Amino acid sequence: MEFLRPASWEEALAVKAEHPDAVPLAGGTDVMVELNFGHRRPERLLDLGRITELGEWESDGPAVRLGASVPYTRIMEALRSELPGLALAAHTVASPQIRNRGGVGGNLGTASPAGDAHPALLASGAEVEAVSTRGTRLIPIDDFYLGPKRNALAPDELIRAVRVRRAGGPQQFAKVGTRNAMVIAVCAFGLALHPESRTVRTGIGSAAPTPVRAREAEEFLTGVLEEERCWDTGRPPPPSAARRFADLCSAACSPIDDVRGTAAYRRRAVGVLARRTLGWAWQEHRGSARVTEGAA
Amino acid sequence: MTDLTEGHVPSVIPGVRSEAARRAAVLGLPTRFTQRAGNVGGVGESVPRPDGVLKVTGEFAYSSDLWHEHMLWGHLLRSTTAHAEILSVDVSEALATPGVHAVLTYDDLPAEVRHYGLEIQDTPVLAHRRIRHHGEPIAAVAADHPEIARRAAEKIKVEYRELPVLTDEKSATAPDATVLHEDRTDHHAPHVPHPNVVHRQPIVRGDVERAAARADFVVRGEYEFGMQDQAFLGTESGMAVPAEDGGVDLYVATQWLHADRRQIAPVLGLPEEKVRMTLAGVGGAFGGREDLSMQIHACLLALRTGRPVKMVYNRYESFFGHVHRHPARLVYEHGATKDGRLTHVRARIVLDGGAYASSSPAVVGNAASLSVGPYEVDAVEVEALALYTNNPPCGAMRGFGAVQACFAYEAQMDRLADAVGMDRVDFRRLNAMSQGSVMPTGQVVDSPAPVAELLHRVRELPLPAERPWESGGGGVDVRALPGGLSNTSHGEGVVRGVGYAVGIKNVGFSEGFDDYSTARVRLEAAGGEAVASVHTAMAEVGQGGVTVHAQIARTELGVTGVTVRPADTRVGSAGSTSASRQTYVTGGAVKRACELVRERVLELGRARFGAAQPGWSSEGLRLEGGKVVAGDGTVLAGLAEILGDEAVEVETEWRHRPTEPFDRVTGQGDGHVQYSFAAHRAVVDVDVELGLVKVVELACAQDVGKAVNPLAVVGQIQGGSTQGLGVALMEEIVVDRTTGLVRNPSFTDYLIPTILDTPPMPVEVLELADDNAPYGLRGVGEAPTLSSTPAILAAVRAATGLDLRRTPVRPEHLTGG
Repeated sequence: MEFLRPASWEEALAVKAEHPDAVPLAGGTDVMVELNFGHRRPERLLDLGRITELGEWESDGPAVRLGASVPYTRIMEALRSELPGLALAAHTVASPQIRNRGGVGGNLGTASPAGDAHPALLASGAEVEAVSTRGTRLIPIDDFYLGPKRNALAPDELIRAVRVRRAGGPQQFAKVGTRNAMVIAVCAFGLALHPESRTVRTGIGSAAPTPVRAREAEEFLTGVLEEERCWDTGRPPPPSAARRFADLCSAACSPIDDVRGTAAYRRRAVGVLARRTLGWAWQEHRGSARVTEGAA
Repeated sequence: MTDLTEGHVPSVIPGVRSEAARRAAVLGLPTRFTQRAGNVGGVGESVPRPDGVLKVTGEFAYSSDLWHEHMLWGHLLRSTTAHAEILSVDVSEALATPGVHAVLTYDDLPAEVRHYGLEIQDTPVLAHRRIRHHGEPIAAVAADHPEIARRAAEKIKVEYRELPVLTDEKSATAPDATVLHEDRTDHHAPHVPHPNVVHRQPIVRGDVERAAARADFVVRGEYEFGMQDQAFLGTESGMAVPAEDGGVDLYVATQWLHADRRQIAPVLGLPEEKVRMTLAGVGGAFGGREDLSMQIHACLLALRTGRPVKMVYNRYESFFGHVHRHPARLVYEHGATKDGRLTHVRARIVLDGGAYASSSPAVVGNAASLSVGPYEVDAVEVEALALYTNNPPCGAMRGFGAVQACFAYEAQMDRLADAVGMDRVDFRRLNAMSQGSVMPTGQVVDSPAPVAELLHRVRELPLPAERPWESGGGGVDVRALPGGLSNTSHGEGVVRGVGYAVGIKNVGFSEGFDDYSTARVRLEAAGGEAVASVHTAMAEVGQGGVTVHAQIARTELGVTGVTVRPADTRVGSAGSTSASRQTYVTGGAVKRACELVRERVLELGRARFGAAQPGWSSEGLRLEGGKVVAGDGTVLAGLAEILGDEAVEVETEWRHRPTEPFDRVTGQGDGHVQYSFAAHRAVVDVDVELGLVKVVELACAQDVGKAVNPLAVVGQIQGGSTQGLGVALMEEIVVDRTTGLVRNPSFTDYLIPTILDTPPMPVEVLELADDNAPYGLRGVGEAPTLSSTPAILAAVRAATGLDLRRTPVRPEHLTGG
């Protein structure tokens, strides 16, 4: 196995262009496990550890340009107000040790439906900055996930950053696992209210072959909030609408039975999470939310 | 305050030649304790563990840290199917790989003996013609580097012809079922109803028909217990070093050195004395190291190559590298009169032993004899059996057959209490056994059995606050909620439940087993002070035996400096570190050896000073503070003075009182040495919409006879309770019913409790002496594992109103989806 260790981003892109089969390695929380268990034996590893700008973030107009390797710990600590949904999701990633190493770039590169960042990115609205020696393209997050562990990156592209829309309203993230910490999602749900555009976006994890949005649910709720003048009055959507929203979120799932949970359970649980997160988000929108200690 | 400084191991260990081997020999525990003043650190004190700080700081040397110059790495090829005929094994490509030094298959085994097993020698060292479970070893490779060994193993070509898999009682005991072990010659074989039944033990006591007719209330239920893994953190590992005399030195993490050696030597074609074993640092055991894992393979590769061979399983392989707790199906019928007295119990317990026998027969004996729980019942009809199937082999795990039964009988006791209309704890206390009660086996419980008191104690503890997530002053602390950091609830859907359970576990090896231990104790003067050393073959697997042995020596010999020598086979067998027995049995042997040393020292003293000092002929001389003290407190002489240049050394075997086998038809017999009891109260919060559970508190009361090391006792109780929590809520090896393949061999999908799943655990320790046992002590390690699980299940039932019959409970069981 060849271990390539470029000193700069340009060099990394050149290496990736020359060796499209080279597997990028950043935090290593996915790749090293696969290597250790012999699930994967790439000819080349492309270590991005020396490229410091991948660990930085900056403001980029209405978005935060989040370097691919910014560790989850930093997201939790530093980006709670700008990216609250992603910060909540970061808090549920594995253990403190893993959160110190892993970043969103790895989640996107692996593109597992169970990646914790995906529902938050889908709900916030984001673009993946995919770069090659040919140039830079911004892939909308909605077009990024193609299948189980398949994404829209070209073989010669690396993830430089993800541009996540700065929160204009409350965001929530909740994840079901069979223990109270350090667990892979049985299913997960992200919700973002966007008062500026009077819209709602969602993201569902681990309940379909890829992370997905519940578009019908979003449209339904957006419509209800408009019709009921919720944005203007601050009144919550009627309970029947919240239930309908939850049902539509469940319906957006196409889950499987596996060792972590049943399809039926996932569908049901996504509905419960949708209803609850909507309640919390709306409470916050009205300024009456309570602090959640221990969460981001 | 006890002032213990961690010392170092002796710089020279006789009989170990090379520096590296010596290093290997002493890996593991620092074994020297020194104390500065006073006769402290004896029995009854919370002496700190010598390995504690090293373990939490990552400095402890485990068996996987062994190293030797010029060593090779061993690796096993394991089957990818659960049941198949092996048509061919082609190792030529693997053997031709550069860096590979040996590839062994069944045909390369050097001796006539090619199988091993704790009780029944039915397990092939390497598979022969037949694969009986997923992950069965087929070939062993030695190479310069572990990765080379692993890749070479992948190049071995195995041709299989798949066979239908037997995965449950129906398929295993069908009249035309494939027989998994043909031509059985073991002593259970003539008595089993089907050749795929390892062992069957009935228990019959009283007239069950008549008793059942008296019952005003009868409850029947079928229960299922999932397959739990020991999930020890240090994977199977060790190193075999070939010796000049044709023998081998093996450094390994195990639970019983001598039992390993008894199984290893015949396969190597060596006499036992040429297989010299030393305990390496053990990273937990819980029963999972009772059976052999890599021991024979490493020795075979070392003897074949003439080079030291190290083997370390990775986590994936570890899930295939040791036996698990038997999954079980249990059918119970309980009856009671209107006034709440148990009339009778009928039970049928089917344990899945998997592909090989391991300790299944003894697990069956426990499940049968302890099937009724700590209750007085005059009429009992029980059948327990273990199956051979193509599922992973199952054997010893903390609680050993008593765990599965407790889960079921405690569920039954709740249901029966409800039927009678009594409080569940009161109903248990009314039927609780006590000293003098008779077991279903006819054995009289002749030492304290404070079952009612234990239940009383946990019930009287104050209940934890409701809605703890709101305690932070207006905010919500999600860590206190079901789902924890996953942020699934801020209080919505959360319902509290409380449940109780109590259990009974035997201590020590049962059914007539000659369950002895050996200890060698030496007393000598060093630097003007008497110091003791204790040498046993006891496997320290984390239970804290090393502090116990030093404590006993201090108490018995009145010294402060005690060296606990590394465990090896240069001293007689200590028996297994299992069945909650080591403090009792090897502790008993150390105590006895100390007593014999003391007698000799007193003889020496009398011979040297007796003529001049009449106090020497008085009764009641004791050893205290490094001196011999007369009954009236007069100091007669210093121990160092008495010993001079002479060392007093005694090696002795010690046995607890004998037991007898259970009758094969009636199950009657005084089969157990001692019983231990624990009760739990579980308080849970359940998110009933998502099926997520947070155990809020898990209180335990246990009688330990005598807490030799109180801190270690509490640690055992909390650890056992946590392992019971794991199998209540998350721990299960999932085996595909159609293929027999293990679906979750990783800590990603085999979940064990994290700190956020582990609640506060108040512990009440009772010390009611058992007069048969050293210091009156009672084995501690297993009882708390029993009642923890049913207490949590009861609490979850109380919160949800669901009639849950299986453990572990999964979220979908609580939401109906």
